[in-house]
Amino acid sequence: MKFIAPLIAFLGLAVVLMLGLQRDPRALPSALIDQPLPAIDIPLLQNPEQRFDSTALRGQVWMLNVWASWCGPCQEELPALNVLAHRDRVPLYGLNYKDQPAPAQALLARFGNPYRSSAVDADGRVGMDLGVHGVPETFVIDAAGRVRYRHLGPVNNEIWETKLMPVVKALQ
Amino acid sequence: MIARWLAVIACVALQGIAMGAAAQGQTQAPTQTQTQAADPALEAREIRLAGQLRCVVCQNQTVAESNAPLAADMRRVIRTQLQAGRTDQQVVDFFEQRYGAFVHYSPPFKASTWLLWIGPFALAIIGLTLLLAVLRRRMAHVEATPLTEAQRARARQLLDEESNP
Repeated sequence: MKFIAPLIAFLGLAVVLMLGLQRDPRALPSALIDQPLPAIDIPLLQNPEQRFDSTALRGQVWMLNVWASWCGPCQEELPALNVLAHRDRVPLYGLNYKDQPAPAQALLARFGNPYRSSAVDADGRVGMDLGVHGVPETFVIDAAGRVRYRHLGPVNNEIWETKLMPVVKALQ
Repeated sequence: MIARWLAVIACVALQGIAMGAAAQGQTQAPTQTQTQAADPALEAREIRLAGQLRCVVCQNQTVAESNAPLAADMRRVIRTQLQAGRTDQQVVDFFEQRYGAFVHYSPPFKASTWLLWIGPFALAIIGLTLLLAVLRRRMAHVEATPLTEAQRARARQLLDEESNP
């Protein structure tokens, strides 16, 4: 009988540690949640003469997807994004992170372009302002230009339905 | 869960490879700044700051130790900010704003981290106190049980046998 208390304490500790093992140490919370999106003013991928201006998107809820042609999971999520963003009429914009124009364009030509436009972040400086540390990442930005949600990793049907769309709908 | 892990790991690895391939375009800017950082005091500050910040991609390394492309970017930003006359604290704040408090390699002592800092010592003190309390109670218990009359007689008998065989 006197072993019951230590046994329960041990099992409790074991469960806590086991739950800790299930967590993804890379899934850091974004420091930008509920903060204003840093100003983005960089050239567009499709048309380098024009610039991507994040302040012009005020007044609507939109998504920013950070992608690159060298990133495997980004290729995986492109077809899903293409279907879902059109179906739910969510303005989806891209941030082409530390990439080169030719392979980036080739990737979009091959898998389809889900973005209204993509901004070129060649040196990763805008990505740093967004706290990007693993591509792909997807941000939901509200009408006032604040970041409200950040998803780390590729987007698929399930994540779109259960994580991203509820945030978008609540904000709309 | 495992698939997502693999995807993230693969992505980070790929980023390394791709950056190696794309290095020509990217390293031109830093070589220019590297020659500018001839000021040894500035360089010492840069190295010290890079040693205090965590590389958020390879999380058990500092920005100074890490070879990840993101760490290289962070070192470059530290350098340009120091050259622009920012203080060490401003540079640290810049990264904390973007990556959160986790970017400190040694977490600062504050409301959300005090348990992390004090926890192990508190647990050790609680454990030692409990151990002492239990031991003391056990000793008190031993002292508090004198022999019964029968046991005393038996002990005396044994001792007598020992001294007079």
